[in-house]
This record gives sequence, structure tokens and C-alpha cells, in this order.
Amino acid sequence: MNEKKAARVKKLETEAAELMQKLQGETDIRQKQKLIARRDSIQRKATTIKNNRLISREAKRQLIAYSFIAPNFIGFAVFTLIPVVFAFILAFTNWDGSNPISFAGFANFKALATDTFFLAALKNTLIYVIGTVPLTMVASLALAVVLNQKIRARGLFRTVAFFPYVASLVAITAVWGMIFHPSKGPVNYLLLTVFGVAQQELPKWFSGSLVLFTLTLFSVWKYMGYYMVIYLAGLQGISAELYEAGGLDGANTWQKFRFITWPQLRATTFFVVVMLTINCFKVYDIAVMLAGGGDGKLSTSATVLVYYIYQNAFNYWKLGYSSAVAMVLFALVLLITVIQFRYEKKLNA
Amino acid sequence: MVYIILFIITAIMIVPFLWMLSASIKTNREVFVMDPFVWIPEIPKWDNYIKIWTKIPLLKFVQNTVLLTIVVTLLQIFTSSFAAYSFAKLEFKNKNALFFAYIATIAMPWQVYMVPQFIMMRSMGLNDKLLAMICLQAFSAFGVFMMKQFYAGIPDDLCEAARIDGMNEYRIYARIMLPLSKPALSTLIIFTFVNTWNDYLGPLIYLKTETKKTIQLGLRMFIGQYSAEYGLIMAGSVVSLVPVILVFLCLQKYFVEGVASTGLKG
Repeated sequence: MNEKKAARVKKLETEAAELMQKLQGETDIRQKQKLIARRDSIQRKATTIKNNRLISREAKRQLIAYSFIAPNFIGFAVFTLIPVVFAFILAFTNWDGSNPISFAGFANFKALATDTFFLAALKNTLIYVIGTVPLTMVASLALAVVLNQKIRARGLFRTVAFFPYVASLVAITAVWGMIFHPSKGPVNYLLLTVFGVAQQELPKWFSGSLVLFTLTLFSVWKYMGYYMVIYLAGLQGISAELYEAGGLDGANTWQKFRFITWPQLRATTFFVVVMLTINCFKVYDIAVMLAGGGDGKLSTSATVLVYYIYQNAFNYWKLGYSSAVAMVLFALVLLITVIQFRYEKKLNA
Repeated sequence: MVYIILFIITAIMIVPFLWMLSASIKTNREVFVMDPFVWIPEIPKWDNYIKIWTKIPLLKFVQNTVLLTIVVTLLQIFTSSFAAYSFAKLEFKNKNALFFAYIATIAMPWQVYMVPQFIMMRSMGLNDKLLAMICLQAFSAFGVFMMKQFYAGIPDDLCEAARIDGMNEYRIYARIMLPLSKPALSTLIIFTFVNTWNDYLGPLIYLKTETKKTIQLGLRMFIGQYSAEYGLIMAGSVVSLVPVILVFLCLQKYFVEGVASTGLKG
């Protein structure tokens, strides 16, 4: 193939050279112009063929690269990217999923500002995030530091700490429902018999103002193992020499943590906090299964943003309104991510 | 001292699971007997484990979930590692723009676009089909990002040397990159398997016919229907946990290494 092309290029080049010779002998100005035009066209042809070969080699490389990406990207574009764009548009419409779409401008967002159920969902979500993020971070860091030491059965402890994370919510919330059962559960039984809490003062873990606390407690228990692994990875990146140097300077365990471990883990902590915050804003399944009663309906005291998105979309088919709530969720996540990145930049500066 | 702390933490982590196992072989009356509390009742009710298969179509739920999870996990590891190889080791037009599209959606909660996604799938005639769940979960941005981070850590010289030896890109991927990526692949498998197996909201939205439901939906339905049958509910829960725990135990020795080397540490 390439030889064939090379031969053609050579042929065209000799043709052009012949024309040049003719050109020198020619006196008629019109003939001269014609010959020049022909020569140029032949030369153009030759360069095109030459470039084509180059382009096709480059094109082949591009094609190979794209062929690696395509299987994933096509699925990703169709099932994720398009819906993402669609979500932004929907928030500004009144759509019920079947009738023609009508645009509503900012009406959905205006309505949200006075929607008491939405405001309760927003407040509850924020309380949950503010409670859960620092607690989980501290618990997972503490666990990681302990499990990074050379202790017996370390692998076993690490594995066990990860169990709650891999366990399904449906199964594990059923157990929690029993353990924290207000009248029959072992936790309240302990409070009653060991700590002498009066029968009528026993906490009702899954209702009223206590429910957000129970959600937080459960989340810390379920997710600390996961963030522990991330912290373990971070701890393994700290060089042993730093600790040796610290030891020579007479630093105690706490000082080593305070002045070596903690600063060295800054990037990890940053990552953990960002991920935790984003994940906490997404809370839904936990709330529905832990506090949702039999039918999975949430009371005002336990409602969260994603529940309100779900309810508006799939119970009332108010798709525009639901997407507006989704945009609020997105804006919050974006805001927190941006703030945290700014903060990180400042720290590094 | 360390061991006391560890013991307490481990107890907090594991007691709910032991409670679950214990309750799964008890009668309803025995479950809440605290004084005296026994872990293994005198006459274990093993038939709780038999009843759950007849009270609800548990076998069907398990089959659906196994099929779904295996297909999603396979698609996920192959398409992700494929794309990741290209992003990490090849040059092409619009590379940064395409990769940015992946990154941007990682930060975006799925719940933000789950509604339009559902509408779109419905218009494609995919609702109430397991295929919808596969499409939903098989092409995550997270997988591509994770594998790319791992491949970026493998020296380019390795690929260059193979190219000079006349290997084409497909063979470099299959013979060099894939065998090297065990930790990252294990991590991705654990995440994908666990998430798909345990997913509740996705199937809740898409799967309406009982014969198409997954184990989480089935279990949840079961809890609703037999809310006082604690022994049965716990037996069902144990059954639903066994596969994920097994997969995790098989792959966990690569797990920390995988998380460490894929830049998940930030």
C-alpha cells in the first residue's frame, strides 16, 4: 500500500519536473500560465498523497485510542451525561412526565422557598451532615491509627471493621430496628436495668427529635470502616523516618500524632471530608429504612432532601418540582466542594 | 490498653451481626428474651432457613441479583479498564474534555439526575427490565477514574518498550496492564459487587414486577409483610449478606493496597 503511494508520488513529481522544463522553453504567456496552473495542481496532488499517509497513521492511532474508550463512553454518555443535562432543563419546567413540557422559569424555586416540607428536609439534611461528617472522620482516623500499629490479628480486626460497609442496608437496618427497639430492644433494656432510666423516659430511637441522632449513630457505625481504609492508605504513605526522628527528639505518642501524623494526613483528611460530605447529602436509604415505619413514609422530623426528590417525582409526578429540589442538592454539594478546595488551596499556599 | 479499645470497637462492629445470626435461629418469643440472654437457643430453629424460601420467591430474587451483579461487575471492570488504559497511556484529541466529563459527574449525586434518567429509560422501553439496571450501573465514572489513577502509576517506559517490540495497543493492554492491575481490579470488583448487590433505590424505581425484583427489594417486602416474624427476617438477612461477605473476604488482601495505589487517598 505504502509503496504504491510512494510510486504515485514519484510519478507526479517527475511529471511536475517535466512541466518545469517545458515552462522554461515556452515563450507564449498564456501557455506559460496554463503550464504553471497544471504544475501547481500536480504538486498539490503529490503533497496531498504524502500528507494523507501521515494523517492516516495519526488517524489510526486516534482510532485505536477511541476504540478503547468507546464501550464505556457510549454507555456513560447515554445513561449519565444526557440525563444530567436533562435534569438542569427539567428544573425550570412544569412537567408531569406525559403532557407537553411547559417552561416555568424560576417558579419552582420560588415555591420551594415557602414549602415547609422542603425546608424541613433541608434543615434535617444539614443537621445530619454537620453531625455525621466530623464524627465519622474522627472515628475512622482513630481506628486507622490503632490498626496501623503492629498488633496481633491486625488483618482480622481490619476485616471486621469493614463488615458494616459491605452489609446491605435492608438487612442491617432490620437488626438495628430490633437492637434499638423502644420497648423490647436490648439497648433500652440495658438502660432500664443497668442505668436505671425510668420506663417512660426510655428513648424512642426512631421517632421525634431523636431520629436524626440515631441516623448519625448508624451512619458512623456503617461507614467508618470504609474511611478507615482510606486513612490506612494515607498512613502507609508516611515515611518511617519521620517517626524515627520524632522518637529521637523524645516525642511521645500524642506528640507524634499531633506533629507528624496529622499534618502528613492533611490531603487524606481533605479527601475524606469532601467524600463524606457529598455522601451525607445523598442520605436517603438509611432514613427510609431506619425511620420509615412499615410503608417507608418519612415524617417531617426524619425527612431528607433525596426523599423529597423521590416523593415529588415518583409519587406526585411533579418532575419539574422534583428536579428543582435536585438542583438545590447539587448546588449544596458544589458549594461545599468549592469551599473545601479553596480552603485546601489556602492551606497549601 | 490498645487491645481494650480494639476489643470494644470490634464488639460494636460485630455484635449486630452476631445478634442477627443468633436471632435467625430463634423463635419470635426467644428473640427478645434478655434475662437470661442466650446466643444459641436450646432448640435452634433451623427451619427458619427453610421457610424463607417458600414464604417469598427468594430463589427468584437471588437469581435476578446474581445475574445482575455478575453482568454489571464484568462490564464495569472491562469497559472501565479499557477506557482507563486509553486515558492513561494513549494520546488523542479531546482527551482532557472527555476525562473532565467523567470527573464532573463523580461529584454529582446520582439522585440529581435519577428522575430524567428514569424518564429516558422509560421512553426507551427499559423500565421494569433488569437491562435498565445493567445500563444504570455498568458504566460508572468512578470505575474509569479509579483505574486511570492506577494505570497512571505504572511507568510509561513499560508500554514504550512493548511498542518497540512490535506489540500493538490491544496486546499491551491484555498482556501487560491487565495482569498488573490486580489490586485496582479487586478494589473495583468489591465496590461494584457490593454496590450492585446492595442497591435498593435503583431497583425500587425500575423493577415493578415481582419476578424481576432483586434480593434487597424482596427482603424489604418480606420485612414489611412479616414485620413481627423476627427469626425469619433475620434468616433472610443472613442469606442476603453471605455473597458480599464472601466476595469481600476473597479479595480483601488486595483491598488496602488497591485503595492506596489508585489515588483514592486523595
